[in-house]
Amino acid sequence: MSDYLVRFLIGGAVVSLFAIGGSIFKPKSFAGLFAAAPSVALVGFALAFAKKDRAYASIEGRSMILGAIAFIIFSGCVWFLVKKMRWHSLPAALTSLLVWFAIAIGLQRALLGGSG
Amino acid sequence: MRKPTVHLEKLKESKWHEYLVRFVFGGLVAAAAGWAAEKFGPVVGGLFLAFPSIFPASITLVQQHEQRKDQGKSGAEKGKDKAGDDTVGAIFGCVGLAAFGGVVWAFGRQGNPIACLAGATAAWMAVSGLTWLLQQRFFPIREEERGLEEGRTIEKRNVPAKAS
Repeated sequence: MSDYLVRFLIGGAVVSLFAIGGSIFKPKSFAGLFAAAPSVALVGFALAFAKKDRAYASIEGRSMILGAIAFIIFSGCVWFLVKKMRWHSLPAALTSLLVWFAIAIGLQRALLGGSG
Repeated sequence: MRKPTVHLEKLKESKWHEYLVRFVFGGLVAAAAGWAAEKFGPVVGGLFLAFPSIFPASITLVQQHEQRKDQGKSGAEKGKDKAGDDTVGAIFGCVGLAAFGGVVWAFGRQGNPIACLAGATAAWMAVSGLTWLLQQRFFPIREEERGLEEGRTIEKRNVPAKAS
């Protein structure tokens, strides 16, 4: 339980810092870079290196590439729903999360096999 | 091409509960990523290290802040346009995220872990920044045109009327 609490507190702080960083930049397309900042990844890898081993972290790094590809497609879906279909941002983002899950898990199953 | 600029006054636009939402949501995602890794192993857990943790709250706040400035229908439409521009930036950030993961995958097994993470973060900054620059140079999107149009409109208003 304490491990999850540490992840929650440090993860929340790092996410907040990157979010603040993104909010102060213009133009908006540059500020958007911070919406895909490696905030959760930094916490996750730091704990993986500290508590597991380097091979574990390296395997997570490989899977992270697939998660990033899913994130690109997710962002494209959000852009389409907001800019073209004129949805409100929040329902567009929440709906597109289903796309992220489908693409991420699909790529993992197709390219990396089952869980390991 | 518009250069990135820093506007610290933007920090005042966010209310305290908006910072709290980002903190809580980000913390929950970080904890969930750890749970997924424990339950299903690093192959699945690693996917969640690229989960859109900041994104939904960020673009919602971008739209809301724009709508606060203009309560009418045009404010809502401008908010959606700004949120859409923010999303384009996120796509470039995701390319950098893939570079981050690639660095850890390639160098995580050897060397200093802190140096590995520092290098991965530098890779994220370099790759996402470079893709943004390339887009600005070769495929500028309407936000730049919108900014120039606003600038021209302001210039026209400031020109004194000619005496008849």
